[in-house]
Amino acid sequence: MSRIDLTINGQSKRFDVPGETLLVDLLRDQAGLTGTHIGCDTSQCGACVVRVDGATVKSCTILAMQCAGGRIETIEGIAKGKELHPVQAAFSENHALQCGYCTPGFVITAIDIIETNPQGLDAQTVREELHGNICRCTGYNNIVAAILDAAQRMGVPVQATGERS
Amino acid sequence: MNPFHYHRPKTLAEAQMLFRDAESPRFIAGGMTVLPSMKARLLDAENLIDLSKIEALQGIEARSGRLRIGASTTHATIANSAVVRQMLPALATLAGGIADRHVRNRGTLGGSLANNDPAADYPAAALALDAQIVTSERTIAAADFFTGLFETALTEAEIITAVDFSLPDRAAYTKHRHPASGYAIVGVFAARFGQHWQLTLTGSSAYGAIRLMAFEKQLVKGATPDGLDGVDIDDLPILEDPSFPIAYRRHLIKLMAKQAVAMTIDDVSI
Ligand SMILES: Cc1cc2nc3c(=O)[nH]c(=O)nc-3n(C[C@H](O)[C@H](O)[C@H](O)COP(=O)(O)OP(=O)(O)OC[C@H]3O[C@@H](n4cnc5c(N)ncnc54)[C@H](O)[C@@H]3O)c2cc1C
Ligand code: FES
Ligand code: FES
Repeated sequence: MSRIDLTINGQSKRFDVPGETLLVDLLRDQAGLTGTHIGCDTSQCGACVVRVDGATVKSCTILAMQCAGGRIETIEGIAKGKELHPVQAAFSENHALQCGYCTPGFVITAIDIIETNPQGLDAQTVREELHGNICRCTGYNNIVAAILDAAQRMGVPVQATGERS
Repeated sequence: MNPFHYHRPKTLAEAQMLFRDAESPRFIAGGMTVLPSMKARLLDAENLIDLSKIEALQGIEARSGRLRIGASTTHATIANSAVVRQMLPALATLAGGIADRHVRNRGTLGGSLANNDPAADYPAAALALDAQIVTSERTIAAADFFTGLFETALTEAEIITAVDFSLPDRAAYTKHRHPASGYAIVGVFAARFGQHWQLTLTGSSAYGAIRLMAFEKQLVKGATPDGLDGVDIDDLPILEDPSFPIAYRRHLIKLMAKQAVAMTIDDVSI
Protein backbone atom coordinates (compact mmCIF):
# COMPACT_ATOMS: atom_id res chain seq x y z
CA MET A 1 0.00 0.00 0.00
CA SER A 2 1.19 3.48 -0.78
CA ARG A 3 -0.41 6.81 -0.10
CA ILE A 4 -0.93 9.23 -3.00
CA ASP A 5 -2.43 12.65 -3.43
CA LEU A 6 -4.49 13.43 -6.50
CA THR A 7 -6.46 16.49 -7.50
CA ILE A 8 -9.61 15.14 -9.09
CA ASN A 9 -11.85 17.70 -10.79
CA GLY A 10 -10.31 20.44 -8.69
CA GLN A 11 -10.55 18.67 -5.33
CA SER A 12 -7.48 17.34 -3.52
CA LYS A 13 -7.88 13.82 -2.24
CA ARG A 14 -5.65 11.24 -0.58
CA PHE A 15 -5.79 7.52 -1.40
CA ASP A 16 -4.13 4.36 -0.16
CA VAL A 17 -3.52 2.04 -3.10
CA PRO A 18 -1.57 -1.13 -3.86
CA GLY A 19 0.96 -0.81 -6.72
CA GLU A 20 -1.20 -2.63 -9.27
CA THR A 21 -4.25 -0.34 -8.96
CA LEU A 22 -5.22 1.14 -12.32
CA LEU A 23 -6.35 4.76 -12.38
CA VAL A 24 -9.76 3.71 -13.73
CA ASP A 25 -10.31 1.40 -10.76
CA LEU A 26 -9.30 4.10 -8.29
CA LEU A 27 -11.72 6.53 -9.94
CA ARG A 28 -14.63 4.11 -10.05
CA ASP A 29 -14.16 2.09 -6.84
CA GLN A 30 -12.46 4.49 -4.43
CA ALA A 31 -13.48 7.95 -5.65
CA GLY A 32 -17.00 6.79 -6.61
CA LEU A 33 -16.73 8.41 -10.03
CA THR A 34 -18.35 5.77 -12.21
CA GLY A 35 -18.77 7.99 -15.28
CA THR A 36 -15.40 6.77 -16.56
CA HIS A 37 -16.11 3.42 -18.21
CA ILE A 38 -14.19 0.24 -19.00
CA GLY A 39 -15.00 -1.06 -22.47
CA CYS A 40 -12.17 -3.46 -23.29
CA ASP A 41 -9.19 -5.39 -21.97
CA THR A 42 -6.84 -4.41 -24.77
CA SER A 43 -6.28 -0.65 -24.36
CA GLN A 44 -8.09 0.05 -27.61
CA CYS A 45 -11.60 1.40 -26.99
CA GLY A 46 -11.09 4.74 -25.21
CA ALA A 47 -14.22 4.46 -23.00
CA CYS A 48 -11.88 5.12 -20.05
CA VAL A 49 -10.25 8.32 -21.33
CA VAL A 50 -9.58 11.04 -18.75
CA ARG A 51 -7.05 13.88 -18.64
CA VAL A 52 -4.01 13.61 -16.42
CA ASP A 53 -2.03 16.85 -16.07
CA GLY A 54 -3.79 18.17 -19.14
CA ALA A 55 -3.16 15.21 -21.49
CA THR A 56 -5.70 12.56 -22.52
CA VAL A 57 -4.82 9.04 -21.37
CA LYS A 58 -6.52 5.66 -21.23
CA SER A 59 -7.13 5.33 -17.49
CA CYS A 60 -7.27 1.52 -17.87
CA THR A 61 -3.62 1.57 -18.98
CA ILE A 62 -2.02 3.79 -16.37
CA LEU A 63 -1.31 2.98 -12.74
CA ALA A 64 -2.77 5.22 -10.06
CA MET A 65 0.78 5.43 -8.70
CA GLN A 66 2.06 6.82 -12.01
CA CYS A 67 -0.33 9.75 -11.50
CA ALA A 68 0.84 10.58 -7.95
CA GLY A 69 0.60 14.31 -7.32
CA GLY A 70 -1.29 14.76 -10.60
CA ARG A 71 -4.37 16.62 -11.74
CA ILE A 72 -7.17 14.38 -13.05
CA GLU A 73 -10.17 15.57 -15.09
CA THR A 74 -13.10 13.22 -15.53
CA ILE A 75 -16.52 13.49 -17.15
CA GLU A 76 -18.08 14.36 -13.76
CA GLY A 77 -16.09 17.59 -13.57
CA ILE A 78 -16.95 19.33 -16.82
CA ALA A 79 -20.53 20.61 -16.46
CA LYS A 80 -21.14 23.78 -14.41
CA GLY A 81 -23.87 22.62 -12.06
CA LYS A 82 -26.88 21.91 -14.26
CA GLU A 83 -25.37 23.75 -17.21
CA LEU A 84 -23.86 21.26 -19.67
CA HIS A 85 -20.40 21.77 -21.09
CA PRO A 86 -20.72 22.93 -24.76
CA VAL A 87 -19.38 19.53 -25.89
CA GLN A 88 -22.03 17.70 -23.85
CA ALA A 89 -24.75 19.98 -25.23
CA ALA A 90 -23.52 19.45 -28.80
CA PHE A 91 -23.42 15.65 -28.35
CA SER A 92 -27.00 15.71 -27.10
CA GLU A 93 -28.29 18.00 -29.83
CA ASN A 94 -26.47 16.22 -32.68
CA HIS A 95 -27.55 12.73 -31.58
CA ALA A 96 -23.93 11.79 -31.08
CA LEU A 97 -24.76 9.02 -28.65
CA GLN A 98 -27.06 6.04 -28.53
CA CYS A 99 -26.28 3.68 -25.64
CA GLY A 100 -23.85 6.25 -24.22
CA TYR A 101 -21.25 3.77 -23.04
CA CYS A 102 -18.40 5.29 -25.06
CA THR A 103 -19.58 8.88 -24.52
CA PRO A 104 -17.54 9.92 -21.44
CA GLY A 105 -14.32 9.00 -23.27
CA PHE A 106 -15.43 10.77 -26.45
CA VAL A 107 -16.47 13.93 -24.60
CA ILE A 108 -13.16 14.24 -22.69
CA THR A 109 -11.27 13.53 -25.92
CA ALA A 110 -13.37 16.06 -27.84
CA ILE A 111 -12.71 18.79 -25.27
CA ASP A 112 -8.99 18.14 -25.58
CA ILE A 113 -9.10 18.10 -29.39
CA ILE A 114 -10.87 21.47 -29.42
CA GLU A 115 -8.62 23.02 -26.78
CA THR A 116 -5.42 21.87 -28.50
CA ASN A 117 -6.51 23.21 -31.91
CA PRO A 118 -7.45 26.84 -31.18
CA GLN A 119 -6.36 27.86 -34.69
CA GLY A 120 -9.18 25.84 -36.21
CA LEU A 121 -10.55 22.36 -36.90
CA ASP A 122 -11.90 20.39 -39.81
CA ALA A 123 -13.69 17.05 -40.03
CA GLN A 124 -10.65 15.19 -41.27
CA THR A 125 -8.54 16.31 -38.30
CA VAL A 126 -11.30 15.34 -35.88
CA ARG A 127 -11.55 11.87 -37.47
CA GLU A 128 -7.79 11.41 -37.26
CA GLU A 129 -7.75 12.48 -33.60
CA LEU A 130 -10.54 10.03 -32.75
CA HIS A 131 -8.49 6.94 -33.65
CA GLY A 132 -8.25 5.93 -29.99
CA ASN A 133 -12.02 6.00 -29.33
CA ILE A 134 -14.41 3.32 -30.52
CA CYS A 135 -18.20 3.63 -30.65
CA ARG A 136 -20.22 0.51 -31.46
CA CYS A 137 -23.52 2.36 -31.98
CA THR A 138 -23.45 5.63 -33.85
CA GLY A 139 -21.16 5.25 -36.84
CA TYR A 140 -19.14 8.41 -36.01
CA ASN A 141 -20.75 10.90 -38.42
CA ASN A 142 -22.84 12.50 -35.70
CA ILE A 143 -19.92 12.43 -33.28
CA VAL A 144 -17.75 14.35 -35.74
CA ALA A 145 -20.60 16.78 -36.41
CA ALA A 146 -21.11 17.31 -32.66
CA ILE A 147 -17.43 18.04 -32.09
CA LEU A 148 -17.33 20.57 -34.92
CA ASP A 149 -20.52 22.15 -33.61
CA ALA A 150 -19.03 22.36 -30.10
CA ALA A 151 -15.80 23.82 -31.50
CA GLN A 152 -17.80 26.67 -33.03
CA ARG A 153 -19.65 27.25 -29.76
CA MET A 154 -16.27 27.45 -28.04
CA GLY A 155 -15.00 30.03 -30.52
CA VAL A 156 -12.76 27.74 -32.59
CA PRO A 157 -13.07 28.30 -36.36
CA VAL A 158 -14.29 25.30 -38.34
CA GLN A 159 -13.07 24.78 -41.89
CA ALA A 160 -15.05 22.80 -44.43
CA THR A 161 -13.38 19.76 -45.96
CA GLY A 162 -14.85 17.64 -48.72
CA GLU A 163 -16.42 15.53 -46.00
CA ARG A 164 -19.36 13.30 -46.82
CA SER A 165 -22.14 13.63 -44.27
CA MET B 1 -3.24 -7.97 -12.72
CA ASN B 2 -1.22 -9.86 -10.18
CA PRO B 3 0.01 -7.74 -7.26
CA PHE B 4 3.33 -5.95 -7.55
CA HIS B 5 5.36 -3.20 -5.91
CA TYR B 6 5.80 0.10 -7.73
CA HIS B 7 8.97 2.22 -7.48
CA ARG B 8 9.67 5.68 -8.84
CA PRO B 9 13.43 6.34 -8.69
CA LYS B 10 14.84 9.81 -9.45
CA THR B 11 18.25 8.76 -10.79
CA LEU B 12 19.68 6.15 -13.12
CA ALA B 13 21.87 4.71 -10.34
CA GLU B 14 18.89 4.33 -8.03
CA ALA B 15 16.86 2.62 -10.77
CA GLN B 16 19.62 0.12 -11.48
CA MET B 17 20.17 -0.58 -7.80
CA LEU B 18 16.45 -1.22 -7.31
CA PHE B 19 16.46 -3.54 -10.33
CA ARG B 20 19.43 -5.55 -9.07
CA ASP B 21 18.05 -5.90 -5.55
CA ALA B 22 14.41 -6.68 -6.37
CA GLU B 23 12.66 -9.99 -6.97
CA SER B 24 11.30 -10.36 -10.53
CA PRO B 25 11.87 -6.71 -11.52
CA ARG B 26 10.87 -4.89 -14.70
CA PHE B 27 11.32 -1.35 -15.90
CA ILE B 28 8.24 0.60 -16.95
CA ALA B 29 8.37 3.75 -19.07
CA GLY B 30 5.06 4.70 -20.72
CA GLY B 31 3.57 1.36 -19.80
CA MET B 32 1.83 1.06 -23.19
CA THR B 33 3.25 -2.42 -23.72
CA VAL B 34 3.98 -3.47 -20.13
CA LEU B 35 0.49 -2.76 -18.73
CA PRO B 36 -1.62 -4.33 -21.53
CA SER B 37 0.70 -7.39 -21.34
CA MET B 38 0.38 -7.63 -17.56
CA LYS B 39 -3.39 -7.21 -17.75
CA ALA B 40 -3.50 -10.06 -20.26
CA ARG B 41 -1.16 -12.07 -17.99
CA LEU B 42 1.34 -12.43 -20.80
CA LEU B 43 3.87 -10.79 -18.53
CA ASP B 44 4.45 -10.82 -14.81
CA ALA B 45 6.63 -8.80 -12.47
CA GLU B 46 6.83 -8.42 -8.72
CA ASN B 47 8.51 -5.02 -8.89
CA LEU B 48 7.86 -2.32 -11.49
CA ILE B 49 10.51 0.37 -11.63
CA ASP B 50 9.24 3.54 -13.29
CA LEU B 51 11.86 5.35 -15.40
CA SER B 52 9.72 8.36 -16.28
CA LYS B 53 10.95 10.68 -13.48
CA ILE B 54 14.65 10.27 -14.23
CA GLU B 55 15.89 13.55 -15.66
CA ALA B 56 18.85 11.98 -17.50
CA LEU B 57 16.36 10.18 -19.81
CA GLN B 58 14.69 13.38 -20.97
CA GLY B 59 15.29 16.15 -23.47
CA ILE B 60 15.76 16.73 -27.19
CA GLU B 61 19.05 18.19 -28.35
CA ALA B 62 20.69 18.94 -31.71
CA ARG B 63 24.46 18.72 -31.62
CA SER B 64 27.36 18.12 -33.98
CA GLY B 65 25.09 17.39 -36.90
CA ARG B 66 23.07 14.77 -35.03
CA LEU B 67 19.81 14.71 -33.11
CA ARG B 68 19.75 13.21 -29.63
CA ILE B 69 16.43 12.33 -28.04
CA GLY B 70 16.04 11.18 -24.43
CA ALA B 71 14.63 7.67 -23.98
CA SER B 72 11.66 8.86 -21.91
CA THR B 73 10.47 11.30 -24.57
CA THR B 74 6.88 10.47 -25.51
CA HIS B 75 5.67 9.94 -29.06
CA ALA B 76 3.49 13.06 -28.69
CA THR B 77 6.44 15.20 -27.61
CA ILE B 78 8.54 14.02 -30.57
CA ALA B 79 5.66 14.59 -33.00
CA ASN B 80 5.18 18.15 -31.76
CA SER B 81 8.81 19.13 -31.13
CA ALA B 82 9.87 22.18 -33.12
CA VAL B 83 13.47 20.91 -33.22
CA VAL B 84 12.51 17.47 -34.55
CA ARG B 85 10.09 18.95 -37.08
CA GLN B 86 12.80 21.20 -38.39
CA MET B 87 15.78 18.82 -38.34
CA LEU B 88 14.19 15.44 -38.97
CA PRO B 89 10.57 15.98 -40.00
CA ALA B 90 10.15 12.34 -41.08
CA LEU B 91 10.68 11.26 -37.47
CA ALA B 92 8.02 13.70 -36.24
CA THR B 93 5.64 12.30 -38.86
CA LEU B 94 6.44 8.76 -37.80
CA ALA B 95 5.85 9.56 -34.12
CA GLY B 96 2.56 11.30 -34.92
CA GLY B 97 1.35 8.18 -36.75
CA ILE B 98 1.93 5.75 -33.88
CA ALA B 99 -1.19 4.27 -32.30
CA ASP B 100 -3.62 7.01 -31.20
CA ARG B 101 -3.36 10.34 -29.36
CA HIS B 102 -3.86 8.77 -25.91
CA VAL B 103 -1.16 6.13 -26.41
CA ARG B 104 1.16 8.78 -27.91
CA ASN B 105 0.79 10.84 -24.73
CA ARG B 106 2.31 7.96 -22.70
CA GLY B 107 4.43 5.68 -24.92
CA THR B 108 8.14 6.48 -25.21
CA LEU B 109 10.97 6.17 -27.70
CA GLY B 110 13.08 4.09 -25.29
CA GLY B 111 10.21 1.75 -24.44
CA SER B 112 9.46 1.14 -28.08
CA LEU B 113 13.08 0.33 -28.98
CA ALA B 114 13.57 -1.87 -25.88
CA ASN B 115 10.44 -3.78 -26.79
CA ASN B 116 11.41 -4.27 -30.47
CA ASP B 117 7.95 -5.29 -31.63
CA PRO B 118 8.21 -6.41 -35.28
CA ALA B 119 5.32 -4.08 -36.14
CA ALA B 120 6.64 -1.04 -34.25
CA ASP B 121 7.62 2.11 -36.15
CA TYR B 122 10.76 3.48 -34.43
CA PRO B 123 13.02 0.48 -35.17
CA ALA B 124 12.71 1.27 -38.90
CA ALA B 125 13.87 4.85 -38.31
CA ALA B 126 16.68 3.83 -35.95
CA LEU B 127 18.09 1.39 -38.49
CA ALA B 128 17.76 3.67 -41.53
CA LEU B 129 19.33 6.61 -39.69
CA ASP B 130 22.30 4.68 -38.22
CA ALA B 131 21.08 5.58 -34.75
CA GLN B 132 23.34 5.10 -31.77
CA ILE B 133 21.44 3.65 -28.82
CA VAL B 134 23.00 5.20 -25.71
CA THR B 135 22.56 3.13 -22.55
CA SER B 136 23.59 3.25 -18.92
CA GLU B 137 26.59 1.07 -19.87
CA ARG B 138 27.65 1.80 -23.46
CA THR B 139 26.64 2.95 -26.92
CA ILE B 140 25.20 0.40 -29.35
CA ALA B 141 24.76 0.87 -33.11
CA ALA B 142 21.16 0.22 -34.18
CA ALA B 143 22.36 -2.52 -36.53
CA ASP B 144 23.72 -4.43 -33.51
CA PHE B 145 20.92 -3.48 -31.14
CA PHE B 146 17.98 -5.32 -32.73
CA THR B 147 18.73 -9.01 -32.41
CA GLY B 148 15.41 -10.70 -33.22
CA LEU B 149 11.67 -10.61 -32.61
CA PHE B 150 11.16 -8.73 -29.32
CA GLU B 151 14.90 -9.24 -28.69
CA THR B 152 17.61 -6.62 -28.25
CA ALA B 153 21.25 -6.45 -27.17
CA LEU B 154 20.22 -4.96 -23.80
CA THR B 155 21.50 -6.90 -20.81
CA GLU B 156 19.98 -7.19 -17.30
CA ALA B 157 19.46 -3.83 -15.61
CA GLU B 158 20.76 -1.94 -18.67
CA ILE B 159 18.74 1.19 -19.37
CA ILE B 160 18.46 3.09 -22.66
CA THR B 161 19.12 6.73 -21.83
CA ALA B 162 18.96 8.35 -25.28
CA VAL B 163 18.92 7.72 -29.00
CA ASP B 164 21.28 9.64 -31.24
CA PHE B 165 20.11 9.91 -34.87
CA SER B 166 22.24 10.91 -37.85
CA LEU B 167 20.70 13.58 -40.06
CA PRO B 168 20.17 12.63 -43.71
CA ASP B 169 19.67 15.10 -46.56
CA ARG B 170 16.06 14.01 -46.69
CA ALA B 171 13.96 11.30 -45.15
CA ALA B 172 10.42 10.00 -45.30
CA TYR B 173 8.31 7.35 -43.60
CA THR B 174 5.32 5.69 -45.23
CA LYS B 175 3.08 3.28 -43.38
CA HIS B 176 0.13 1.12 -44.15
CA ARG B 177 -1.38 0.78 -40.73
CA HIS B 178 -3.48 -1.96 -39.26
CA PRO B 179 -7.01 -0.54 -39.26
CA ALA B 180 -7.67 -1.58 -35.64
CA SER B 181 -4.37 -1.31 -33.75
CA GLY B 182 -2.53 1.30 -35.78
CA TYR B 183 0.62 -0.85 -35.88
CA ALA B 184 2.44 -1.12 -39.21
CA ILE B 185 1.38 -3.86 -41.60
CA VAL B 186 4.11 -2.39 -43.78
CA GLY B 187 6.24 0.61 -42.87
CA VAL B 188 9.15 1.84 -44.97
CA PHE B 189 11.64 4.45 -43.80
CA ALA B 190 13.75 6.02 -46.55
CA ALA B 191 16.78 8.15 -45.71
CA ARG B 192 18.82 9.80 -48.48
CA PHE B 193 22.44 10.70 -47.82
CA GLY B 194 23.67 12.45 -50.96
CA GLN B 195 23.00 9.97 -53.75
CA HIS B 196 22.67 6.88 -51.64
CA TRP B 197 19.70 5.64 -49.72
CA GLN B 198 19.15 3.60 -46.58
CA LEU B 199 15.77 1.94 -46.77
CA THR B 200 14.24 -0.10 -43.97
CA LEU B 201 11.15 -2.22 -43.55
CA THR B 202 9.04 -2.80 -40.45
CA GLY B 203 5.74 -4.57 -39.93
CA SER B 204 6.22 -7.48 -42.27
CA SER B 205 9.63 -8.90 -41.67
CA ALA B 206 9.89 -12.13 -39.71
CA TYR B 207 12.99 -10.76 -37.95
CA GLY B 208 11.78 -7.30 -36.97
CA ALA B 209 13.01 -4.21 -38.82
CA ILE B 210 15.46 -4.94 -41.66
CA ARG B 211 17.32 -3.05 -44.39
CA LEU B 212 15.88 -3.30 -47.91
CA MET B 213 19.25 -3.83 -49.61
CA ALA B 214 17.86 -4.86 -53.00
CA PHE B 215 16.12 -1.50 -53.31
CA GLU B 216 19.14 0.43 -52.01
CA LYS B 217 21.39 -1.12 -54.68
CA GLN B 218 18.98 -0.20 -57.44
CA LEU B 219 18.69 3.40 -56.22
CA VAL B 220 22.44 3.91 -56.04
CA LYS B 221 22.58 2.91 -59.71
CA GLY B 222 20.27 5.84 -60.39
CA ALA B 223 16.89 4.13 -60.41
CA THR B 224 13.78 6.28 -60.14
CA PRO B 225 11.08 5.25 -57.64
CA ASP B 226 9.23 3.44 -60.43
CA GLY B 227 12.43 1.56 -61.16
CA LEU B 228 11.87 -0.34 -57.91
CA ASP B 229 8.93 -2.16 -59.51
CA GLY B 230 11.20 -4.63 -61.25
CA VAL B 231 13.32 -5.47 -58.19
CA ASP B 232 13.02 -9.05 -57.01
CA ILE B 233 12.10 -9.10 -53.28
CA ASP B 234 11.05 -12.75 -53.12
CA ASP B 235 13.95 -13.43 -50.73
CA LEU B 236 12.66 -11.08 -48.02
CA PRO B 237 11.69 -12.99 -44.87
CA ILE B 238 8.03 -11.99 -44.72
CA LEU B 239 5.62 -12.99 -41.96
CA GLU B 240 2.94 -15.48 -42.95
CA ASP B 241 -0.42 -14.21 -41.72
CA PRO B 242 -3.84 -15.17 -43.10
CA SER B 243 -5.18 -11.61 -42.77
CA PHE B 244 -2.32 -10.13 -44.76
CA PRO B 245 -0.92 -12.73 -47.19
CA ILE B 246 2.67 -12.57 -48.38
CA ALA B 247 1.80 -11.47 -51.93
CA TYR B 248 -0.25 -8.59 -50.53
CA ARG B 249 2.55 -7.55 -48.20
CA ARG B 250 5.10 -7.69 -51.04
CA HIS B 251 2.87 -5.43 -53.08
CA LEU B 252 2.56 -2.99 -50.18
CA ILE B 253 6.33 -3.03 -49.55
CA LYS B 254 6.98 -1.86 -53.12
CA LEU B 255 4.24 0.72 -52.96
CA MET B 256 5.39 2.15 -49.60
CA ALA B 257 9.04 2.11 -50.73
CA LYS B 258 8.26 3.95 -53.97
CA GLN B 259 6.26 6.59 -52.11
CA ALA B 260 8.91 7.05 -49.43
CA VAL B 261 11.75 7.34 -51.94
CA ALA B 262 9.76 9.79 -54.08
CA MET B 263 9.33 12.00 -51.02
CA THR B 264 13.09 12.09 -50.52
CA ILE B 265 13.60 13.33 -54.08
CA ASP B 266 10.76 15.77 -54.65
CA ASP B 267 10.76 19.05 -52.89
CA VAL B 268 7.23 18.40 -51.76
CA SER B 269 6.43 17.80 -48.12
CA ILE B 270 7.78 14.90 -46.13
C1 LIG C 1 -3.50 0.42 -28.57
C2 LIG C 1 -2.03 0.51 -28.87
C3 LIG C 1 -1.59 0.76 -30.16
C4 LIG C 1 -0.23 0.83 -30.46
N1 LIG C 1 0.14 1.12 -31.74
C5 LIG C 1 1.46 1.25 -32.05
C6 LIG C 1 1.89 1.60 -33.36
O1 LIG C 1 1.09 1.86 -34.27
N2 LIG C 1 3.22 1.66 -33.61
C7 LIG C 1 4.14 1.43 -32.62
O2 LIG C 1 5.33 1.50 -32.91
N3 LIG C 1 3.78 1.13 -31.37
C8 LIG C 1 2.46 1.03 -31.06
N4 LIG C 1 2.09 0.74 -29.76
C9 LIG C 1 3.14 0.57 -28.72
C10 LIG C 1 3.55 1.90 -28.12
O3 LIG C 1 4.25 2.62 -29.11
C11 LIG C 1 4.45 1.81 -26.90
O4 LIG C 1 4.93 3.09 -26.68
C12 LIG C 1 5.65 0.93 -26.93
O5 LIG C 1 5.25 -0.38 -27.14
C13 LIG C 1 6.41 0.84 -25.62
O6 LIG C 1 6.76 2.08 -25.08
P1 LIG C 1 6.44 2.41 -23.56
O7 LIG C 1 7.19 3.62 -23.25
O8 LIG C 1 5.01 2.40 -23.31
O9 LIG C 1 7.19 1.17 -22.82
P2 LIG C 1 6.73 0.21 -21.65
O10 LIG C 1 5.49 -0.51 -22.00
O11 LIG C 1 6.75 0.94 -20.37
O12 LIG C 1 7.98 -0.78 -21.71
C14 LIG C 1 8.19 -1.66 -22.81
C15 LIG C 1 9.43 -2.53 -22.54
O13 LIG C 1 10.60 -1.73 -22.62
C16 LIG C 1 11.33 -1.76 -21.39
N5 LIG C 1 11.84 -0.40 -21.24
C17 LIG C 1 11.12 0.75 -21.27
N6 LIG C 1 11.93 1.81 -21.24
C18 LIG C 1 13.21 1.34 -21.21
C19 LIG C 1 14.50 1.96 -21.18
N7 LIG C 1 14.64 3.31 -21.19
N8 LIG C 1 15.60 1.16 -21.15
C20 LIG C 1 15.46 -0.19 -21.15
N9 LIG C 1 14.27 -0.83 -21.18
C21 LIG C 1 13.16 -0.07 -21.21
C22 LIG C 1 10.34 -2.22 -20.36
O14 LIG C 1 10.97 -2.89 -19.30
C23 LIG C 1 9.46 -3.16 -21.16
O15 LIG C 1 10.06 -4.42 -21.26
C24 LIG C 1 0.73 0.65 -29.43
C25 LIG C 1 0.31 0.41 -28.12
C26 LIG C 1 -1.06 0.33 -27.82
C27 LIG C 1 -1.48 0.08 -26.41
S1 FES D 1 -11.20 0.43 -21.32
FE1 FES D 1 -10.83 0.19 -23.45
S2 FES D 1 -9.12 1.51 -23.74
FE2 FES D 1 -9.45 1.66 -21.63
S1 FES E 1 -23.10 5.23 -28.14
FE1 FES E 1 -23.05 3.11 -27.77
S2 FES E 1 -20.94 2.65 -27.92
FE2 FES E 1 -21.02 4.68 -28.54
